[in-house]
Amino acid sequence: MFYAILRRFGQMLFVMFGISVIVFLIFFATPGADPAARIAGRNASPEVLAAVRHSFGFDQPLYVQYTRMMEKIFVTGDLTSFVNRGWKVVPAVMDSIPVTLSLVFGAAVLWVVVSIIIGIVAAATRDSWLDKLLMALGLLGISMPVYWLGEVMNLMTQSRYHDSWAFSWVPPLGYKNFSDDPKGWFLTLVIPWITLAILYIGIYGRVLRAAIIESMQEDYIRTARAKGLSETRILFRHALRTSLIAFVTLFGLDFGALVGGSALLTEVVFGLHGIGKLTYDALQNLDLPMIMATVMYASMFVVIANAVVDFVYILLDPRLRAS
Amino acid sequence: MILSVRDLKVSFRTHDGPVRAIDGVSFDLEESEILGVVGESGSGKTVSLLAVMGLITDPNATIEGSIRYKGRELVGLPPRELRRLRGNEIAMIFQDPMTALTPVYTIGWQIAEQIRAHRGVSKPKAMERVEQLLAEVNFPNPHEAMSRYPHQLSGGMRQRAVIAMALSCDPALLVADEPTTALDVTVQAGILDLVRKLRAKHKSAVVFITHDMGVVSELADRVMVMYAGRVVERGTRTELFSDPRHPYTRALLGSIPPLTGEKPRRLPAIPGSPPSLLRLPEGCAFGPRCPVRYEPCEARKPGLGASAHAAACFRVAQA
Ligand SMILES: Nc1ncnc2c1ncn2[C@@H]1O[C@H](COP(=O)(O)OP(=O)(O)OP(=O)(O)O)[C@@H](O)[C@H]1O
Ligand code: SF4
Ligand SMILES: [Mg+2]
Repeated sequence: MFYAILRRFGQMLFVMFGISVIVFLIFFATPGADPAARIAGRNASPEVLAAVRHSFGFDQPLYVQYTRMMEKIFVTGDLTSFVNRGWKVVPAVMDSIPVTLSLVFGAAVLWVVVSIIIGIVAAATRDSWLDKLLMALGLLGISMPVYWLGEVMNLMTQSRYHDSWAFSWVPPLGYKNFSDDPKGWFLTLVIPWITLAILYIGIYGRVLRAAIIESMQEDYIRTARAKGLSETRILFRHALRTSLIAFVTLFGLDFGALVGGSALLTEVVFGLHGIGKLTYDALQNLDLPMIMATVMYASMFVVIANAVVDFVYILLDPRLRAS
Repeated sequence: MILSVRDLKVSFRTHDGPVRAIDGVSFDLEESEILGVVGESGSGKTVSLLAVMGLITDPNATIEGSIRYKGRELVGLPPRELRRLRGNEIAMIFQDPMTALTPVYTIGWQIAEQIRAHRGVSKPKAMERVEQLLAEVNFPNPHEAMSRYPHQLSGGMRQRAVIAMALSCDPALLVADEPTTALDVTVQAGILDLVRKLRAKHKSAVVFITHDMGVVSELADRVMVMYAGRVVERGTRTELFSDPRHPYTRALLGSIPPLTGEKPRRLPAIPGSPPSLLRLPEGCAFGPRCPVRYEPCEARKPGLGASAHAAACFRVAQA
């Protein structure tokens, strides 16, 4: 077990190394473009260009350049943005991490809990009006674009109905630090959580329902019935338990992607300065150091999320445990 | 009498129209008796016994007739009451041990689950019993086997685990649906031995479904031959093997595989194939394949009659 975890950790490092090399090569070794000019941004002066060239070691071989870059991100942490003069890239990323994590974690808790309930209820009342209603709502949730939904939410809670009893508790947009103001943190995030979670509740509820119904057809469910177990126990201990495997796969992928920056739209609508927003802005400005740093960060989370999924798999499915 | 089935009919609504899978099946089972049920694929062996277990969950199914267990009517019994019998007094072993166990729990856990569903015993007590049971079905190392997951066991071992599970509450009636079909020939013999031994020890009555006339001749006290959802012949083992009356039974016996050496998995071919339940022939369902068919066969369906050794065939009634 210990050895397996160690090996997995080694794989993670290797994958991240691979990603960093590829990203580095794309931005710094593309023929015909001067990386110094790109790093320095549009209309940079010759002095700035020279400074960049020197500090990144562009006069030296590629592997030295790569090492310098990684050193600036991971060791000294003094990589600076040349678009926003003097802005330190690493602290900027560090500042936006808690915003994105708060948003995605909260939404994930919400969507996992709600979709599990929906999936179970729908599967248990299969083909009833309740099942049909839940699945129709799920489809509605899936088909609403998150940006549009966010705007509608804002319209309702921030302006149109803000003064009604229902939404008067909603604070203005923006992020509050958990450590400074836990209540404010929670209240500002409630609406973003719901907005982000709705899509996933729709998807996960439907996926879980289908998986449960599929496992209810399995031979071992018939065995469980022949044992004289109650339908509830069969549903929870036998059908649900084996259905969670598909659920976890999906969750790992989505969670990794969201934490890595795909919550961009939600962040933008609700004025949350998270990783998604940061990456988006960096791409808009071709801010190479920032892109490099956010990509490294995102790949780290995707890789970690995958490792966690693999680990949960092993917990859920004994067939994957090495004997 | 432990089980008494009368005029059991099971129909399914399907896309292609209604299908009567079981059409008036009746049989009795005495205490600690082994009843062999034989017939080709699709003849209704599984469905009729699933009906006895109350395990037909298809919402398109209708069940008519009477199933009495120790005098108590099971058709129409509330699910709660049925559940109390299932796994406790009536247990079932299924055909494929590879898929019959939930993959994510140890076999010890799964057997204990059944014990605890019917007996108010503590977990350690249940586990003790599990170890006993696994020893009884010849696990070489029962204690260690309890913590094994199904995928870690061979097919034969899994089937033993399933049998241990079925026996865990000392059922008075055990239904075994082709428990050896999916297994190797060498493993089969061991399982059959086990069934025989356990019947002697637990005094359970056994309904043993199989394709294999050889198995029937080794194991059964009485035999019931099914064709297209009906019983075509019934009798004691001796009666059936020394004096087979129905042309279908004769065909089956003509094709008995040798008791030694490689046994075929399926019944050897009888010319023709069983009729589709959607398009049953007029008169005797076996008619199109029957070598001794004559006019009356096409007009009406032959009945089984009431005698102990009976065959549903006009030729027999005449003789
Ligand atoms: N849920 C169902 N819906 C429709 N038809 C069904 C259903 N279950 C069984 N049948 C039909 O009932 C008939 C009897 O099936 P059954 O499984 O009892 O056969 P069997 O004798 O056990 O065959 P085998 O030896 O292959 O196990 C078959 O024709 C089958 O197609
Ligand atoms: S009733 Fe007629 S067709 Fe049917 S088995 Fe007897 S002889 Fe053959
Ligand atoms: Mg069958």
